[in-house]
Amino acid sequence: MLNKHIDKPVSVLLMSIAVLCGLILLLVLSFLVKEAWPAINDGAWRSFLVDDAWYPLEGLFGISPMILASLAMTVGAILLALPLGVSSAIFLVFYAPAPVGSVYRLMLNLLAGIPSVIYGLWGLTKLVPLIVQWQAPGVSLLAAILVLTLMILPTVALTSAAALTAVPQELIAGAAALGLTRKSQILLVLIPAAKTGIISGVLLAVARALGETMAVLMVAGNVVQNPTSLFAPVRALTANIALEMAYATGTHRAGLFASGLLLTLLVLLLAWLASRLRSQAQRG
Amino acid sequence: MTLTSSINTRPYTLGSMNTGEPCCEPIAHLQVQNLSLAYGQKTVLDGVSLDIYKGCITALIGPSGCGKTSFLSALNRLTDLSASTRVRGSVLFDGEDLLSDKVDVLTLRRRIGMIFQKPNPFPLSIRRNLDLPLKEHGVNDRKIRAQKIETALRDVGLWDEVADRLDSSALALSGGQQQRLCIARALVLEPEILLMDEPCSALDPISSAVVEALIIRLRGQYTVVIVTHNLAQARRVANYAAFFWMKERVGKLIEFGQCQNLFEKPNHQLTAAYISGTQG
Repeated sequence: MLNKHIDKPVSVLLMSIAVLCGLILLLVLSFLVKEAWPAINDGAWRSFLVDDAWYPLEGLFGISPMILASLAMTVGAILLALPLGVSSAIFLVFYAPAPVGSVYRLMLNLLAGIPSVIYGLWGLTKLVPLIVQWQAPGVSLLAAILVLTLMILPTVALTSAAALTAVPQELIAGAAALGLTRKSQILLVLIPAAKTGIISGVLLAVARALGETMAVLMVAGNVVQNPTSLFAPVRALTANIALEMAYATGTHRAGLFASGLLLTLLVLLLAWLASRLRSQAQRG
Repeated sequence: MTLTSSINTRPYTLGSMNTGEPCCEPIAHLQVQNLSLAYGQKTVLDGVSLDIYKGCITALIGPSGCGKTSFLSALNRLTDLSASTRVRGSVLFDGEDLLSDKVDVLTLRRRIGMIFQKPNPFPLSIRRNLDLPLKEHGVNDRKIRAQKIETALRDVGLWDEVADRLDSSALALSGGQQQRLCIARALVLEPEILLMDEPCSALDPISSAVVEALIIRLRGQYTVVIVTHNLAQARRVANYAAFFWMKERVGKLIEFGQCQNLFEKPNHQLTAAYISGTQG
């Protein structure tokens, strides 16, 4: 009887909290739209794509080089982090002796917790000078890719490890019972079985890489230009907002908000894809 | 493949008990001698000796937790998967102790296939489920693989149901179809022995009957060892039956013999009590 009385208020309370959380997302989005509206409304958004340069004070708002730079960094970082992360996960789940495994897992968790500015500091003082020895100026797309790789590696590794751990034991036994080698069991059966989990982890990592600002700002060089070379300094969309917000006014300011809106929508799209994938996998 | 070195025409009869007339000239395909199995400190099976006869179906019956599944997984060395499992004794297969470290486990598992309680198709296409083990065991010719896949699927009566959707996911099949696919996946490697761990228990009655009919069809071509809790099923399918029971928390083989004989004239009172339902 007691439960029945408590049930109602508790469910109302939880429901309101849930609605509130949903509302916050809507609020953020509507705020972005409102602030970006001048740029969207007066047709400036077209110049976003058409203009070939970003000179906001002179009315040139071409953000495509920065979109391309952000995408190049993200794709590069994923290309590196995916094999590294999945290999780490395989080692962690199937090969590491228990004590080694738990230390390794702890390390990955710590790696995930390091503030991005620290990655930026390391990149700027250690990585960039190394790249300079190879090819100047050092601050470059490559530096950004390497720093981002380190930052998203734990996400890819830990979500992959979780996905591999969740593979049913009977699948492993089934693969072993067919006389498959350990290598084939893992590569041909377990990884495909964990595929959805791994991909949704990668999508989360992509979202993180796209949204990363500080570390990228510190090592990428921030020159607005198309990423034509790994050694070219480039500016990410996020870094652009952070660099210019302080003094932007009018259409310039609205343009920055519009690029923020674009980023947010991209990340939401990724999150939606990740959840769709997961539900697809559950349906089988 | 010669079995001459390991042929033992004298059935293992647990002493001098009468186990009835054999259905055919019994040839031991596997000779289990004094097999014991422990997980860490816990002994789950002790001193099991019996012969598994070629071309016959041997049912392992008894209450849950008396080591039947453990016994089964020792026969294809699946016990190797857990580091804490220790197996003692010997299992002669082709004149060789298959428990020895010298045995090539991968080849052994190709020769001794296994079907699990819960259907466990790989989350891949129907074709790939069968293609993968064939490739793994060095069948490199695509045409030969396609032929073998069709034969295996026909053998389990699945071909007509799936021929037009070989490339769709195996997980979209019904439970009974999945289990028949798993049997096909084992058969495609042309094993000599099939180990089945309660292959029907996760299926609905109709699928269960289909799979059971399939198991009966395998008799003669394959040596089958089947764990089952369904005594009626054991009576219907098996030539031989082995009755396991817990004694002082350790699984023991109580009685082994011709299936009909074991059910109709059990030698041991525990067997009699179990099959009449008064114990277990």
